[in-house]
Amino acid sequence: MSETITSADTLQAPETKVIKPFLRLSGLEPLVVRPETNFINIGERTNVTGSKKFARLIREGLYEEALSVARQQVENGAQVLDVNMDDALLDGEKAMTTFLNLLAAEPDISRIPVMIDSSKFSIIEAGLKCLQGKCIVNSISLKEGEEKFIEQAQICKAFGAAVVVMAFDEHGQADTEEKKVSFCHRSYKILTEKVGFDPQDIIFDPNIFAIATGIEEHNNYAVDFINATRRIKELMPLTSVSGGVSNISFSFRGNDVVREAMHSAFLYYAIKAGMNMGIVNAGMLQIYDEIEPELRELCDDAILNRREDATERLIAFAETVKSKGKVIEKDETWRQGTVEERLSHALVNGITDYIEADTEEARQQYPRPLDVIEGPLMAGMNIVGDLFGSGKMFLPQVVKSARVMKKSVAVLTPFIEEEKQKLVALNGGVVKSAGKILLATVKGDVHDIGKNIVGVVLGCNGYDIIDMGVMVPAEKILQTARQEQVDIIGLSGLITPSLDEMVNVAREMKRQHFEVPLIIGGATTSRTHTAVKIAPEYEHGVIHVLDASRSVTVTGSLLNKALKKTFLDDVKIEYQKLNENFRNKKPVKQYLPIAEARQHKAITDWSNYKPVVPKKLGIQVFKNYNLADIAEFIDWQPFFISWELHGKFPQILTDEIVGQEASRLFEDAKAMLKRIVEEKWLTANGVIGLFPANRSADDTISVLSPKPGAGAVHLECLRQQIKKAPGQPNFSLADFIAPAEAGIQDYMGAFAVTTGGDIEKWLEKFKEDHDDYSSIMLKALADRLVEAFAELMHKRVRQEFWGYASEEQLDNDALIREEYSGIRPAPGYPACPEHTEKYKLFDMLDATENTGIILTESLAMYPASSVSGWYFAHPEAKYFGLGKIEKDQVEDYATRKGWTVEEAEKWLRPVLEYDM
Amino acid sequence: MSLHSLSAWTALFRHKKFFSASEDNYLIGAFMISFHNITLLSAGGDALHSRNKVIIKYLCLLVSAGGFVYCSTCGYYSTVTNKRITIMKSLSQCAAERILIIDGAMGTMIQRYKLEEADYRGERFKDYHLDVKGNNDLLCLTQPHIIEAIHKEYLEAGADIIETNTFSSTFIAMADYDMQSLAFELNVAAARIARKAADEYTAKNPDKPRFVAGAIGPLNKTLSLSPDVNNPGFRSVTFDEVVNAYYEQIKGLHEGGVDILLIETIFDTLNSKAAIFAAKKYFRDIAQPELPVMISGTITDASGRTLSGQTLEAFYISVMHAKPFSVGLNCALGGEQMRPYISELSQIAACNVSCYPNAGLPNAFGEYDETPDHTAHIIEDFAKEGFVNIVGGCCGTTPDHIRHIAEHVKTLPPRPLPVQVEELA
Repeated sequence: MSETITSADTLQAPETKVIKPFLRLSGLEPLVVRPETNFINIGERTNVTGSKKFARLIREGLYEEALSVARQQVENGAQVLDVNMDDALLDGEKAMTTFLNLLAAEPDISRIPVMIDSSKFSIIEAGLKCLQGKCIVNSISLKEGEEKFIEQAQICKAFGAAVVVMAFDEHGQADTEEKKVSFCHRSYKILTEKVGFDPQDIIFDPNIFAIATGIEEHNNYAVDFINATRRIKELMPLTSVSGGVSNISFSFRGNDVVREAMHSAFLYYAIKAGMNMGIVNAGMLQIYDEIEPELRELCDDAILNRREDATERLIAFAETVKSKGKVIEKDETWRQGTVEERLSHALVNGITDYIEADTEEARQQYPRPLDVIEGPLMAGMNIVGDLFGSGKMFLPQVVKSARVMKKSVAVLTPFIEEEKQKLVALNGGVVKSAGKILLATVKGDVHDIGKNIVGVVLGCNGYDIIDMGVMVPAEKILQTARQEQVDIIGLSGLITPSLDEMVNVAREMKRQHFEVPLIIGGATTSRTHTAVKIAPEYEHGVIHVLDASRSVTVTGSLLNKALKKTFLDDVKIEYQKLNENFRNKKPVKQYLPIAEARQHKAITDWSNYKPVVPKKLGIQVFKNYNLADIAEFIDWQPFFISWELHGKFPQILTDEIVGQEASRLFEDAKAMLKRIVEEKWLTANGVIGLFPANRSADDTISVLSPKPGAGAVHLECLRQQIKKAPGQPNFSLADFIAPAEAGIQDYMGAFAVTTGGDIEKWLEKFKEDHDDYSSIMLKALADRLVEAFAELMHKRVRQEFWGYASEEQLDNDALIREEYSGIRPAPGYPACPEHTEKYKLFDMLDATENTGIILTESLAMYPASSVSGWYFAHPEAKYFGLGKIEKDQVEDYATRKGWTVEEAEKWLRPVLEYDM
Repeated sequence: MSLHSLSAWTALFRHKKFFSASEDNYLIGAFMISFHNITLLSAGGDALHSRNKVIIKYLCLLVSAGGFVYCSTCGYYSTVTNKRITIMKSLSQCAAERILIIDGAMGTMIQRYKLEEADYRGERFKDYHLDVKGNNDLLCLTQPHIIEAIHKEYLEAGADIIETNTFSSTFIAMADYDMQSLAFELNVAAARIARKAADEYTAKNPDKPRFVAGAIGPLNKTLSLSPDVNNPGFRSVTFDEVVNAYYEQIKGLHEGGVDILLIETIFDTLNSKAAIFAAKKYFRDIAQPELPVMISGTITDASGRTLSGQTLEAFYISVMHAKPFSVGLNCALGGEQMRPYISELSQIAACNVSCYPNAGLPNAFGEYDETPDHTAHIIEDFAKEGFVNIVGGCCGTTPDHIRHIAEHVKTLPPRPLPVQVEELA
C-alpha cells in the first residue's frame, strides 16, 4: 500500500492543457482556423445561382457529374465547400438533401466541411440534417427581425453549426463602413448574450459589392469592406470575416483575366485587414505577385479607390484582354498510364469520370469482355481490398470503388450478353449464367451492411444473387439453395453467436448431402475460426472471405472448373495448418468437470417431498381415441407457422396484412378437420405407463419395468456442464426423481401417441388428384392433432391416472402456456438429446405393438405424426437445454450405456463441446 | 403534510441562487441541516424532482427528525432510512477528485446466465409471435432481477457509474423484434432497476455516491451511410425519425431517474448528433436543466476513423456543441489498440476524457480473453500518462476486470481539465 502511494507521489502531475477558442470545423477531417491559418478558401462552384453548369446538372438530375464539380473544387484546394440550391425551378430542400447525402459517400470530397448556403431557412435545415461534421450555415441575419434571428440561431446551435451572419438589419443591407460594423456588433451581442453562441462560431459577412461599375457611389465599396473588417476584428477578435469575393468584379463578367486579377488584389488587402475566409473559385485565383504589373496597379487603384479615373482605366485595359477561357489544371497525370493502370487508379480513387471510355478501350484490347473483369478490374479491386484491410481505406471509399466497378461492368455487360447469345446458339439454345449465389445473414443476426456490399459487388460481376436477407434459419437457406440450384452459399454475421450458427449450417449441409462450396464472411468471422470450426464440418469447400472485394476472386475461382480443384486443395491445406496450430493452443474453458457439475443438482432437499402414488400403475392402451375429444386441445398457432403465417392466434385472423389469408386457411382447416373427425380419416392410438422409479446414481434413473421378471430399466440422463452463475443448478432430468438413499419411493411415466394411422391412403389420394394443398393441410392437421393428443393424455395423467394434480383447473390457453406442474420431455429434444433412450421407452410401453408407431434406424418415429416422452411430476421439474458437454461426461455416459467412447461420441455429436 | 414547510422549500428551490448552485450538493446538504424538522419536501416540479431523485433521497438521509419525503410532481416517496447526516458529492466533484470507474459489459454477463428463449420471453411474452432470444434489453421487463444482480456485481466491484441496460431500447432498434411500442417502457424500467441498485450502494457508503448513466446506443440504421450501394444517396431512416426515437428514449431514461445521459458506441456521428439534438429538445420542452451528457465514440480499426469515416478530432469537433461532461472512446478495440486515440483525445478535449475498451481484441471465436489484470495494467498506464478521467470496460469485460481497474487507478490523479482561454494568442 505505502509503496503504491510513493509511486503515485513521484509521478509528475500531468501538465494542464490550454484550449484556445479557435473556430473548429469538420468534415471527415478537422479544419481548425488558427490565426496563422491565413485564409480559408470556400469552393463556390457547387452553387446553382453562381454556376450555370452546376444548375443545369442539378436540374437534370445528373448528380454524378455534379459531384465531379465538387471534387474539382476540392482538388483545386477548396477547404470548405459552399453548396447552394436556391433555384426557383428546384425543390431546394430535396436537392440539398440528395446532394449532401451523395456527397457523404465521396470521402475525398466530404473530408472537408460544408457550408450550407441558402436564403431559405428550410433548405438550411434540410442540409443540417444530412451532415455529420460541424458545418457552417450561410446565412442568418437580422433582416426579418430579432425574433426570427434568435430562433434560427438556436436551431443552428442545436446542430452545432457555425454561422455566417450577413450585415443586415430590419431595414436592409449595410453598405457603409459604419453600418457594417454596427450591424455586426449588434448581431454579435444577441448571439453571444441571448442565444449562448460561442464567439468563435460566428463568421461575419460584411457584404462585398461590385466596384468599378461606373456608378460613383460604388467606388468606395471595397474600401468600406476592408476598413469594416479591420474594425470588426478589433472589436470582436474571436470571430471570423468572410465574403463572396467574386461579387467585387461583377461588372467584368466574361473577362476572367481581369476578374481573377481583381479577386487576388482585393483579397491581398482584405486578408491583411483580417478577412480570414471567403467564397472563391479555388481554381481561379492568381498569386498577387504574379499578376501582370500593369493590371495589378489598375486593380489596386480601383479597389483602394485611389484615383478618380480608376474605373475607366480598368475598363480600357479590359477591352484589350481577350478572355481565353483558361484550361483548368487538375492532376491528370494518371491519365498517361496504360489502360490497366488507369482502370486501377479509377477503382482505387473511386473516379467515374473516364471509366466508360477506359473500359471500352480495355475491352478492345482483351480477347473477351469477361477478361477485362477478371483481369484489370479484379486487380484493382484487390488493391482496394488490401488497402481496406490494412486500414488505409475506409468503408465509404470501398463502396465508391464498388460503384466504379459497377459502371465498368455495365459497359461490358452488353458484350458479355452478346457473347453468351453466341454460345447459346452454338450450344443449341442452352443458357448458362455466370453462377447463382445465395447470400444470407444467419439466424439470430440482423447485421447486413457487409453482406449487401458483397451482393452488389458480385452482382456487378454477372452473378445471379439470391439475397435472403437477415435472420435466416439454416433450413430456409438450404431449402432455397436446393430449389434455386445455387452454385455457392455465402453466410454472413456480425455477432458472436452467429459463428455457432454458421457451424450449424455447415453441419446441415453435410447432413443434407450438399456439394456446393460455402463462403463465410462478416466482422466476427475469421480465417482461424473457419478453419478450426466450420471447415471440418463440410468437405466440399468452406472458404473464409475477408471482404467484399475478395469475394469476387474467390467466387471466380470456385466457379471456374479449371481452377476450382486446385483452389480448394490449397485452401484445405492452409486451413489444416491453421487448425493444427490452433490445436496446439489450449482453448479457454468455461465448463465444469462432470463431478463438479453433479454437485449442483437442481433439487437437493428431499426431506419434505412426498410423491403422489399414481392411481393406476403400469401401462394403459388407448386405441381409436375419439378424434373430436382430441381436436379440442389443438394449439392453432403452430399450424399457421407451418403455413408461414406468423402471428398470434386468434389475432392473426384479423391481421391487417395476412388476416384474410389466415382466415381462409383457418376455414379450410376447420372444414377438413370436421371431415377427419366425422369420417374417421385418421386413427389415434396411444399408450401410457406409470412406474415406480428412483435415482440410482447421479444421472441414472432406475424404473421398475412392468414386464414380469424384467427387473429395473436404467434410464441414462445427461447433465449440463456449462459453468453457471453462482447458485444456478446444472440440470439433469435425473434431478427430478428422488434418490434411492432419500428413502422415498418416487415415480415416473412414459407415453407414446400417434394420429398418423391411415394417413397414407389419404395422402396417396390427394397425390393422384394433384392436390398439394389438401395434402399439406392434412399433414399439418395430423401434426396438430398428435400434439393435442399428447396434451390431452398429459392432462388426464395429471388429473386421473396419476392424479397428482387432480385439482388443476386450466383452460386450453393455459395448457398451451405450459402452466401445469410437471414436464414431458422427449428423447432427442434439448433436455435429453440422446435418441437411443427411445428404445427403452418403446420397450417399456410395447409402443410399436400398442400404437403402430415404428422407430426407424435413425430413431425417427413413423408415422411422422407421433409423439413420445417421459412424464416427470416433481413441481420443480422444468424444461431445459442440455448445452454442450465435455469428454469426461461422454466417457462416463459410454460406460453407463455399455458403449465405446466412439459410439457415445457418434450419438452425442451435436452436444460435444470438444472436437473429435 | 406541513404546508408551511412545503411552500418554504418550494421557494428555496425556485430561488435563482439555489438553482445555480444545484450542481453543488454540499449546499443542499447545508440547508438540510438547519431545517431538520422538515418532514415533507416538494421540489416544486421544476427544480429537482426527477433531475435527481438521488439528491432527494439523500436529503432524506439528512432529516434527523425522521419522517418521509414526497415529491408532489413525480410522486417519489421514501421513508427516512438512515439518520446519519451525510453530504453527497456531485458528479463533477467526484470527477475532480479521482478517476471515476464506469461498469463493464452487460452482454457478457447476461451470457453467463445461459438464458433460453423461454427465459427471454418470461411470462408476459410467452406467446410472442417472434423469437426474442438475444433481445437483452427486454430482460429489464422479463428478468429484472438478473439485470439488477449484474448491476450490483459491478457496484460491488467498485463502479461509480453504472449503465442502464438500454443499448437498443429505441423504437428503431426494437423493430427487429417488432417491439417498437415497448421502447419507452423499457427505458423507464431499466433506469429504475439501475437507480435502485445504485441507491442501495450509495446508502451503504455515502462517501462514494453511485451514478446511473442512461445508455443510448448507436441504432442499427445509420444517417450517413447508404445501405444500398447502387444508390449512395439513399438513407434507410431520416434525421427526424432518429431524433424522435432518441427523444422517447431520453424521456424514458429521465423519468426512470438516471443521472447522466451516455451516448455511446458512436460509429456514425450524425446519429449521435440526432441524440444530442433530441436531448436538448427534451429538456427545453420540459423546461428543466439538462442532464450531464457523456459522449463515447468508436474507432473501428487501424484507420483511426469512425465507421462513417471521421477522424477522431473531426468526430470530437462534430459533437463539441453538446458541451459534454466527458468525451471518450469505447468498444471495437482493446485498450492497447486504443492508446494512440485516447492519447490524442486527452490533448484536444476540453472536457473529461473517458475510456472503456473491450477486453482486448476478440480471438478467432469472437471471445475476449484479455485477463482482468492485463486490462487493468493498460488502463493504469493511461492514468499515469494523465490521459483519463473515467475508465471502465466494454465487450468482454466483467466485474473482475472492473475490480482490477478500480484497484489499479485508485491512487492515481485524474487528468486535469484543460484551461479554456478566451484569447487567440
